[in-house]
Amino acid sequence: MSVITYRQALRDTLRAEMVRDENVLVMGEEIGVFEGSYKITEGLLKEFGPRRVKDTPIAEEGFVGAAIGAAMLGLRPVVELMTINFSLIAIDQIINHAAKIYGMFGGQTSVPMVIRTPGGGGQQLGATHSQNIELFYSFIPGLKVLAPSTPAEASAMLRAAIRDDDPVLFLENLGLYNSKGEVPEDYAQPENDNVATIGRAAVTREGSDITLIGYSRMATVATRVAEKLAEEDISVEVVDLRSLRPLDRQTFVDSVKKTGAAVVCEDDWLTYGIGAEIAASIQEGAFDYLDAPVRRVAMAEVPMPYAKPLETAALPSIESISTAIKETLSAVGKRVG
Amino acid sequence: MSEIYMPRLSDTMEEGVISTWVKKVGDKVASGDVLVEIETDKAVMEYEAYEDGFLVKQSVAEGETVQIGAVIGVIGDSPDAVPDDSGAPAAEEKAQEEAPAQEKAAAEEPAAPAQEEAPAPAAASSNEGERPRTSPLARRLAKEYGLDINGIKGSGPRGRIVRADIEAAAKEGTGSAPAAQAQASAAQSAPAAAPASQAPSFDDGRDSEEVPIGNIRKVIARRLTESKQQVPHFYLRRTIDAEALKAFRGQINAQLASTGAKISFNDLIVKASATALKLHPAVNSSWVDGKLLKHGRINVGVAVAVDTGLVVPVLHDTDKATLSEISGRTRDLAGKARDGKLKPQEMSGGTFSVSNLGMFGVDSFSAVINPPEAAILAVGAMRQEAVVVDGEVAVRNRISLELSVDHRAVDGAVGAAFLKDLAEILEEPMRILL
Repeated sequence: MSVITYRQALRDTLRAEMVRDENVLVMGEEIGVFEGSYKITEGLLKEFGPRRVKDTPIAEEGFVGAAIGAAMLGLRPVVELMTINFSLIAIDQIINHAAKIYGMFGGQTSVPMVIRTPGGGGQQLGATHSQNIELFYSFIPGLKVLAPSTPAEASAMLRAAIRDDDPVLFLENLGLYNSKGEVPEDYAQPENDNVATIGRAAVTREGSDITLIGYSRMATVATRVAEKLAEEDISVEVVDLRSLRPLDRQTFVDSVKKTGAAVVCEDDWLTYGIGAEIAASIQEGAFDYLDAPVRRVAMAEVPMPYAKPLETAALPSIESISTAIKETLSAVGKRVG
Repeated sequence: MSEIYMPRLSDTMEEGVISTWVKKVGDKVASGDVLVEIETDKAVMEYEAYEDGFLVKQSVAEGETVQIGAVIGVIGDSPDAVPDDSGAPAAEEKAQEEAPAQEKAAAEEPAAPAQEEAPAPAAASSNEGERPRTSPLARRLAKEYGLDINGIKGSGPRGRIVRADIEAAAKEGTGSAPAAQAQASAAQSAPAAAPASQAPSFDDGRDSEEVPIGNIRKVIARRLTESKQQVPHFYLRRTIDAEALKAFRGQINAQLASTGAKISFNDLIVKASATALKLHPAVNSSWVDGKLLKHGRINVGVAVAVDTGLVVPVLHDTDKATLSEISGRTRDLAGKARDGKLKPQEMSGGTFSVSNLGMFGVDSFSAVINPPEAAILAVGAMRQEAVVVDGEVAVRNRISLELSVDHRAVDGAVGAAFLKDLAEILEEPMRILL
């Protein structure tokens, strides 16, 4: 095992896949000469040349559409959208074309493309550049939406996304690029078996008092909440969703059956958010096991403020999640610190 | 100013009697205070206020009966607040209004969900209290433990009953509310025997000590109390000539001798009951919550006495089983019952029961129906009696049968016809095999 950043895990895995399969190409804004706004494509232009590393104009609809066409004809494009906010310009291509072509044309062609894009706030990028709108894509049959939270997951899931024959929206997070974690020694080798199974959530920490569910950055926050509450003798089980579509309901429903209570934490907005889907699935799957209503902790229902103190206040925090957990536990008569 | 309605305090309750007003007009009332004692079809139960204020009106006097949903009193902001009498409570009218009123309340309650769950007790709206707030988990556990949720106090937000409350109740043995309450009301109606509302004392001149009771005992107490209180039993007696049955059993057991298996009289009676139930499907039924259910399967339960009490394992599809299967399964279930290893599904789903005390030399007895079954057969000992057969006095082996029947589900003539066929099958036991 070695410890690397989430950024490096993505970069090395992308490179390894390009070495393994000559049909894999990358395209996007500033990904070649500039080596990517977040340096995920660093070194790729030098190694693979401009045929496989395409700098595109600032025209998301156009280059996402071009990637769909390339995928239909047998290539495996990995498109970088500088942030998920810019996917809004390409949303028609993603939802009405990438997601629909396989079904609408009777399975004659699949669309094996990956759209890599970071979401997340907390970087003082203002209201239009700090959104978590993965829900828009998680809502769409025909797409797969992956949201890794650790370097090891990022590597295994990017590999799975590139090898998958369906269009995959691969959600990264600005707040995770510098986070570190262990990865297998051979994670950067072109040939290796570290390929995630798409559509599997994971219990990343076992506990008995309550289930805390998150994905992407919030899965890592959830782990920190669990560590902190363990000091107060509260046993939190953490579920990392990892895949928003397909959604692995079984894993978190089973966890709630064990603990009897759940809190969902999410960076997106509460109303109609991912947490709403999770809460609904819990009541469908574990109604007779619930000792308290499912609580959701989400971003404040405002466009993200620019001012740092307001931005911090708008986002869910270790404190706000801990409070929700304690309130839920006190409602079922469990001791809280 | 808010009205207090007659609550639904049990599943079967349709109306309630104001037993005692604990608060008088003008009294200060805090949320959680006992306002009034209400007598339901099962028990006398305390009913608490859900908001702070003053009791400004008792709309229903002590001893009066009103429908669920009728206004029984009014809580106001000040002791001299004047209740609006214009809508004087016609019970039906109020009951009808109740449903839309609830809908309206629900529609007007778009409270932010995050705040909704804050553990601080919040004022409850007036339509609450008709059934206790419970978490789904608590409800499921209460069912598993055989506890009545109405008798358990909730410690969660706004009195919600949660898992911890059920587990505590199961541990302490509280929570079988109807039985406990019924005891209390019995004590009140016989003040000469014992002072009412006083904790039972064990230093009572009888050298008594409290015996710890397990769940089985609790379930027996609750279910049989319910049965005797709620099920209108009637009893049909008949004595059968058991000569043919005895010979039949001898023949069968001679055939089985090499296998070591043995058919008992009880096995024959269980099988004959299933055959008779097939002929009389009306007896294979249940009266549940005002509905009559006719059961498609015939599942005969066999009462078994074990150290901890009485259990009734069920032989599912008794009519389809052979005599040796019935015998084997009964022995197997009785063994499990004695070891305390019966699974819930092996004790549920019965449609009829057989209770046999013949081995104790009991001539005959009247059994308590095992709800929701409609009938139970009590079997006495086989005895030699002098009887008149074909004009001559003869010594014959005879068995007394007594059928207890739920009159809500089965009428006398129907029960009698069933017992007649059952007796004839046992007297002509080849018919058991038909």
